[in-house]
Amino acid sequence: MTSHDLRAEDLTLGYADVDIVSHLDVQVPDGRITVIVGANACGKSTLLRGLARLLKPRSGAVLLDGKAVQDLRSVDVAKVVGLLPQTPVAPDGITVADLVGRGRYPHQGFFRRWSPEDDAAVEAAMEATGTADLAERPISALSGGQRQRVWVAMALAQDTDLVLLDEPTTYLDITHQVELLDLLTDLNRAHGKTIVIVLHDLNLACRYADHLIAMKSGAIVREGAPQDIIDADLVSDVFGLSSDIVPDPVSGTPMVVPRGRHHVATPAL
Amino acid sequence: MTDLLDRPADQPAAPEPTVRVRRGRRFRQARVVVVTTILGAVAFALFVATMMIGSFPVSAWEVIASTFRLQDDPSIDFIVRDLRLPTAVTALAVGLALGMSGLIFQKLLGNPLASPDFVGISSGASMFAAVAIITFHASGLVVSGVALLGAVLSAGAIYLFAWRDGVTGYRFVLIGIGVSEFFVAITGYVIARAQVSDARAAMSWLVGSVGQAGATELRILLVSLAVLLPLSLLMGRQLGVIELGDDAAQGLGLRVQAARLGLLTVSVLLVALATAAAGPVAFVALIAGPIAVRLLRGQGSGLLAAAFVGAIIVLLADLVAAHALPAALPTGVVTGGIGAPYLIWLLATVNREGRGG
Repeated sequence: MTSHDLRAEDLTLGYADVDIVSHLDVQVPDGRITVIVGANACGKSTLLRGLARLLKPRSGAVLLDGKAVQDLRSVDVAKVVGLLPQTPVAPDGITVADLVGRGRYPHQGFFRRWSPEDDAAVEAAMEATGTADLAERPISALSGGQRQRVWVAMALAQDTDLVLLDEPTTYLDITHQVELLDLLTDLNRAHGKTIVIVLHDLNLACRYADHLIAMKSGAIVREGAPQDIIDADLVSDVFGLSSDIVPDPVSGTPMVVPRGRHHVATPAL
Repeated sequence: MTDLLDRPADQPAAPEPTVRVRRGRRFRQARVVVVTTILGAVAFALFVATMMIGSFPVSAWEVIASTFRLQDDPSIDFIVRDLRLPTAVTALAVGLALGMSGLIFQKLLGNPLASPDFVGISSGASMFAAVAIITFHASGLVVSGVALLGAVLSAGAIYLFAWRDGVTGYRFVLIGIGVSEFFVAITGYVIARAQVSDARAAMSWLVGSVGQAGATELRILLVSLAVLLPLSLLMGRQLGVIELGDDAAQGLGLRVQAARLGLLTVSVLLVALATAAAGPVAFVALIAGPIAVRLLRGQGSGLLAAAFVGAIIVLLADLVAAHALPAALPTGVVTGGIGAPYLIWLLATVNREGRGG
């Protein structure tokens, strides 16, 4: 893994005439797992898409190793930064191996189609995600958890040092959410990949993030190691939720226990 | 499934699945080649067969020898080269063009219903042709040229209407259907106001028949196909990425808007040229792609296979239309007869899978 510097400077992003992210500065820590959290519509997915060069900045820039990504060729960015969007589309009847192979696109030329390196990358990606045994199965025949691992395999086959994932656990049950986050941690630890994940589940975010970014209304409220930044005030500010923060009995990371209007037996800590 | 993750990712991979992955890819590629070759052979066989049958039967060898000028026999040559070859070549070329462009549309717009029949390309050609025939009493090459113009203009109009920070497949399909209805309405109005003889001429063009192509239209179609078919095949790789959705495609480094415009242009030209030569032969573009994809089990781009399936459908339809029925019918009537039940089946099943858009 080569080390890379992905950062945004004074970044403003938006759709039509609405700014979603405004004048934001952020640096993605190299070789770590960064998790972005925030309420719905806080701009976290937009920021992720901006970092992956999917959106043209209204102001500022996303810099990859010091160069504005807008000035780089999209295939060159795609050799360093991979993106797994929230709802990718599996073409009709496609098999696992074929789909994973599509991740090789940025490494192939207009005429040069398939090389031994492509084979090796696809095989490594399927091995790492435990999808090699599914290679010949059509995507439509897989469970949600298997399918998500196949998409991660496609992102891995792209062989980028940075992998960005937009809510990869959304349609998964709790078992498969944990399994997927474990897999991403494996990839980070064993292969040194820098990983950025947008997540909904605050407790899983606290457990798996080396670096947590909390966003609200298109701006970063606080960022840092979860144990350093998570407290009841932050949760109240970012999510508008009253909560107690206790140590996660399994990982020791902060665990957010919401206080709703009902079933509240103890006074606030 | 969970046990696969218990193993640390840095542990060396067991060789067996690795070998299996590579072998699997080779096997799938071989399968694509075999299926595509068979489809090509069937299309060629039908191409020859359409020239064998008629009031004066000709043997397969005589057809091949005469078509490829392997030997000269004036009476056979007259029947094959002068009488039957133009129709057979038109059927072959129109089928190839429609089959390939239909699959490009469907993949590009992410919808099995998004064939040029429905999104206003064919109806644009039809409206222009009907107006030319009825209002200006045009015929032959002029009608073809006007139809070509109509198809290209309507595609351009749909693209512009659908533009909003780029064009998405979904909006293109919806606006295309709207534009299509608009053209159908105008066509109906023009025909309703026409003299009976003009209306009849227009209607027979509108049904679509491979027998109506003139020599010039055919030559233009063939030359264009020689350029557009290889170009489409080269763009199949971009298509394979674009069909993963815009975000995934951009994440893989594809310039999505440029690629979509390029693919749309090529496929619109294919449909426009085919329609200009033979009229809007219904449903071929809709059904060829899904059949090819199913036969290939979703492997590869399927574009060449779809082109062959398109050719097979049109050649078969031409055989049935010209010989199997008591009275000779236009090709479009037969393809419509095959396509309508498929469309009903598609509408019934697609929405059950929640993919109808």
